[in-house]
Amino acid sequence: MSFAMALTLVQTALELGLICSLTVLALFLSYSMLNVCDLSTDGCFTLGAAVGAVVAISGHPILSIVAAMCAGVLSGFITAILQTKMGVESLLAGIIVNTALYSVNIAIMGGSSLLNMNKTETVFTMVKGLVAGTALESYFILIVALVAVAVIVIFLNFFLKTRLGLAIRATGNNPDMVKSSSINPAFTTIIGLCVANSFTALSGALLSQSQKSVDINIGQGMVTIALASLLIGGTVINHGSILKRAIGVVLGSFIFRLVYTIALRFNMPAFMLKLVSSVIVILAIFIPYLKNNWPTIQRRLNYKKGGR
Amino acid sequence: MLQVENISKTFNPGTVNEKVAIQDLSLHLKKGDFATIIGSNGAGKSTLFNAVCGDFLTDNGVIRLDGKDITFLPQHLRARRIGRLYQDPMRGSAPGMTILENLALAGGKGGWLSVITRGEKKAFQEQLSRLNIGLEDRLNHPVGLLSGGQRQALTLLMATINPPKLLLLDEHTAALDPATAEKVLKLTREIVEEHKITTLMITHNMQDALDMGNRTLMMDNGHIILDVEGEERKNLTVEDLMEQFKAGAGKALVNDRMLLQK
Repeated sequence: MSFAMALTLVQTALELGLICSLTVLALFLSYSMLNVCDLSTDGCFTLGAAVGAVVAISGHPILSIVAAMCAGVLSGFITAILQTKMGVESLLAGIIVNTALYSVNIAIMGGSSLLNMNKTETVFTMVKGLVAGTALESYFILIVALVAVAVIVIFLNFFLKTRLGLAIRATGNNPDMVKSSSINPAFTTIIGLCVANSFTALSGALLSQSQKSVDINIGQGMVTIALASLLIGGTVINHGSILKRAIGVVLGSFIFRLVYTIALRFNMPAFMLKLVSSVIVILAIFIPYLKNNWPTIQRRLNYKKGGR
Repeated sequence: MLQVENISKTFNPGTVNEKVAIQDLSLHLKKGDFATIIGSNGAGKSTLFNAVCGDFLTDNGVIRLDGKDITFLPQHLRARRIGRLYQDPMRGSAPGMTILENLALAGGKGGWLSVITRGEKKAFQEQLSRLNIGLEDRLNHPVGLLSGGQRQALTLLMATINPPKLLLLDEHTAALDPATAEKVLKLTREIVEEHKITTLMITHNMQDALDMGNRTLMMDNGHIILDVEGEERKNLTVEDLMEQFKAGAGKALVNDRMLLQK
């Protein structure tokens, strides 16, 4: 592999990794902080992509990002209402919303399952126009992704330190305590899921606009990919401040994409990628587990060999 | 301050597991009262606390706090004026968050989007140092690293940092070793006296039940069978209490933790 090729490979991984890290940051909030495994992530990702595309195609590139995030808030709100006010199990609430979103997404895309944005003005084409002719010309996707991730990380770092953020973290960390405190767990769950899903939708909108098309399956498997990235991020940096951990999460997303992109280079057929992401999730969970249990296993092996 | 009027609660009504936990119970606490509660297992002590806190809606009756009817008020709204400690020290604080963050949750001022100010941090530090268990220098340590006694003392501080109208202590020292329990009890007494908080304390220690506070209640089978204060209480001994229980309940006072104590 030539150096130039390696560089392109890293750039692709960085672009995809950064854009998808927004979804990972969403799970960082909902899964790591609020302790809710939000299975509506796939549908919400596509929702963001669909809404973003439709609004962008109608000629509003900036508004498309805002609209996508609002759609995400709405989706998160419904998932949260189902589990806090209507007695639906939290995993089930995500699955139900995810299923419903399939229909909603096709409806938003006007009944088609594919939208093309080849000639559409998006935030990416806007930035491309801005940096045209400069040294940054080929990095316009990276620039948009970097700005988006930086804004979200800074926001999350602030948000989780506010009283509301602390209450959300406590809801996930010790539900018993929150139940008998003046925090209303329904309220914190609703806010947490709304914010998290707005990130997911933003992620979807940016990915589709950078690829100049939306496919109804664009979000499929996102929750697995994001979980893998989250877990990888957790092994890289698993303690310290919120900011540190959030950066670790973004790093995890990049590492995941790097592995993913390298796998592609080895002539692996594209349909194998979902299997690869599942295997990565399994390894990311299993390796720390094995590491924890290693002393026990070692002791047992020693014992069997006749040692003490 | 607290008025509990004729409340009842039956769990699993109409099934084989039907259990009448409290029956037509009334209790009036004056402002500044510190009442201890003793009673055998299943007497309805914790159920009374749960009813006051709003864990469930009572089958009938009325609960008033500071003149306000709270019978139908949701739990989290009642919690603004009621502090509560459980027996399990792990229940009252978030282990994955720092001491500072836990305190900020309990006693932070300002709106939802405010962050911990320097002044607040200093105030928390001061209050921690008064506990005298060396937590003031560990503000940024996760609470999960603390011992049971330290955590219970922290929970006590969290529950009283904005002095509540009513403090409910549900055997909050029962899971601690004797020396630590003694310390936490001493702290409890100091904090309650300082802020004149109306307090109910469930205990399994008969001596504590007589020594602490100004009033002693005895519960059995969902009823309050003894309520003493003042002179009468001063002259009571543990033996008298046992005797009274036998007279009131028609059986000897049995509580597994009381037995363990002897």
